[in-house]
Amino acid sequence: MSILIDSGAKVLVQGITGRQGGFHTKLMMEYGTDVAGGVTPGKGGEWFEGKPVFDTMRAAVETTNADVSLVTVPARFAADAVMEAADAGIRLIICLTEHIPVADMMKVLAFCRRRGARLIGPNCPGLMTPGQAKVGIIPAMVAEPGNIGVVSKSGTLTYEVGFAMKNQGIGISTIVGIGGDPVIGTTFVDVLEMFENDPETEKVALLGEIGGSAEIAAADFIKNAMTKPVAAFVAGRSAPPGKRMGHAGAIVDGGEGSAEEKIQALEAAGARVAANPEEIPGLLA
Amino acid sequence: MKLHEYQSKFLFRDYGIPIPQGKVATTAEDAFEIASELGGLVVVKAQVRVGGRGKAGGVKVARDAEEARRYADQILGMEIKGLRVEKVLVDPGADIKQEIYLAITNDRGAGMPLIMASMEGGMDIEELNRERPGAIIREHVEPILGLQNYQMTYIASAMGLPRARWRDFGTVLAGLYECYLQSDAELAEINPLVITGEGALLAVDGKVIIDDNALFRQPALVEDHDTSDEQESERLAREAGITYIKLDGQIGCMVNGAGLAMTTMDMTKLYGDDDGIGPANFLDIGGGATPEQVAAALRIILSDANVKCVLFNIFGGITRCDEVADGILTAYNEVKPAVPMIIRLQGTNAAEGNQIIDAAQIPNISSAETLTEAAQRAVAAVKQGA
Repeated sequence: MSILIDSGAKVLVQGITGRQGGFHTKLMMEYGTDVAGGVTPGKGGEWFEGKPVFDTMRAAVETTNADVSLVTVPARFAADAVMEAADAGIRLIICLTEHIPVADMMKVLAFCRRRGARLIGPNCPGLMTPGQAKVGIIPAMVAEPGNIGVVSKSGTLTYEVGFAMKNQGIGISTIVGIGGDPVIGTTFVDVLEMFENDPETEKVALLGEIGGSAEIAAADFIKNAMTKPVAAFVAGRSAPPGKRMGHAGAIVDGGEGSAEEKIQALEAAGARVAANPEEIPGLLA
Repeated sequence: MKLHEYQSKFLFRDYGIPIPQGKVATTAEDAFEIASELGGLVVVKAQVRVGGRGKAGGVKVARDAEEARRYADQILGMEIKGLRVEKVLVDPGADIKQEIYLAITNDRGAGMPLIMASMEGGMDIEELNRERPGAIIREHVEPILGLQNYQMTYIASAMGLPRARWRDFGTVLAGLYECYLQSDAELAEINPLVITGEGALLAVDGKVIIDDNALFRQPALVEDHDTSDEQESERLAREAGITYIKLDGQIGCMVNGAGLAMTTMDMTKLYGDDDGIGPANFLDIGGGATPEQVAAALRIILSDANVKCVLFNIFGGITRCDEVADGILTAYNEVKPAVPMIIRLQGTNAAEGNQIIDAAQIPNISSAETLTEAAQRAVAAVKQGA
């Protein structure tokens, strides 16, 4: 078991003929992910690495029965691509694209909920269930199969922590990169709940950062509804207020969203919070 | 992207929200002219994009044009929280009977626009929220439906607005929502929205922040954007497509990925804070870390004279660390920094990458294995150099 994806996931790549989309499709296929095909409007009928390319998601889903979609198209087209996937009946949409306007995401999120589709991201590295499948850009070498669930707002920080765990012989059930944007489809709480209910996951590593209050909500959930131990790290203790630290969502605004307040809440909820991410494997051993 | 008060209010006016008939002056003489035209009492307001202008002496009430000239002369060129005042807004004085707070913002958690309104306007919303959270009415808007009439009635009634003002308030709120929507604002705030002695509504102060990710479809706002308070190094980085934020520490940080970049900053502070040592910047070099990118980023980091050491922290996932190491050495040879550089590579081919760094035998470059070691050595290097 795992959460969200396993070896049975059938994946379509939106933007499969693009540079990024194509590059990562190949890596996903090498990893063993079942890529059923892809969509690039205007390139329907072509083939990519032996997989069919369609003009529309509707045609792609009808033909392949895929249930997962990876959105790799540029920001100006990404909101439309997510809605197209939701409308075509995809159950799980992973959107890697950064720089989508928040106003668009709010509409997209409402539409996904209406269509019963779960969105991961945007501005995220995707998902990986080590040994089974990966959907997104998480490098294959950062994790081995195991029983730690990892949920994170960030990309390379996650790779760093995953890799440190692997070097100490600690494996991972699923990595979920939820993304660093202000409005995202799946939150820490959603993923914690899935890990809590997943028999293969024994402990959880949560990697948060400044901005918003998703870590505070996570702390409430840990306190009230979780039995599994959680180790956490919150990036941005040294970040000045009012400045956006790379991720669109990483900003301490009007005194809200600071690392200190999040660390305090997580500690009060019983999570073990590391001051240095290299301590995380030790907290999970 | 933050707008000035005057830009925010002029934008409100485009959406049918009544604002004072003021104008912007860049000289004391202009301020005198504007005040003479307006006649009577005027308010001279510093146009800087920080809070607390009033407390800093940047907002003054002048009884006549002569006094307006004097105040403008004082305020122009003044520094408020490190920002130089280049412009003042000269507004006619308003006859204030009641101050209302009204704002629309993106509620991140709910993923919906949120309207906040209160009869206790004028003060800082964070302060009001701390002291009297019950005095703020909050109403979400369904993003697909938009603002509905019943919601405006609810807000007006729940906040205790006199019935005679409901209609005008509805016009202001509908205008503000349209403004928020059309401008891709992440915040559109009127504080205070004033009820005058004659019972009219007037947006006396305004603040609008535009979503940076939506600037591609806001050409008029971008055109009008004032970049005079942007740091030189931040401008260079923006033009090079690198995310860079200048901080006031001594350790320059070059990292791939925003989360890891923040973490690297945190580590320098964790080990250096006791000695007053910390990060000089946030810098995310992005995915590839090619020699050209590294050289551009290195120049930007070194343009800050406070930098006494540069710490590289690169996680090679799909990028290989040996390629990154080559890139760093090429950039080094181009830029030739005098300060020590500590390089920590992790991930794919990290050992090969470190070998390349060590084999180059450049006196001020060394490799570190862990982030902890790298941060501690960077702190030690700053202490030694001091």
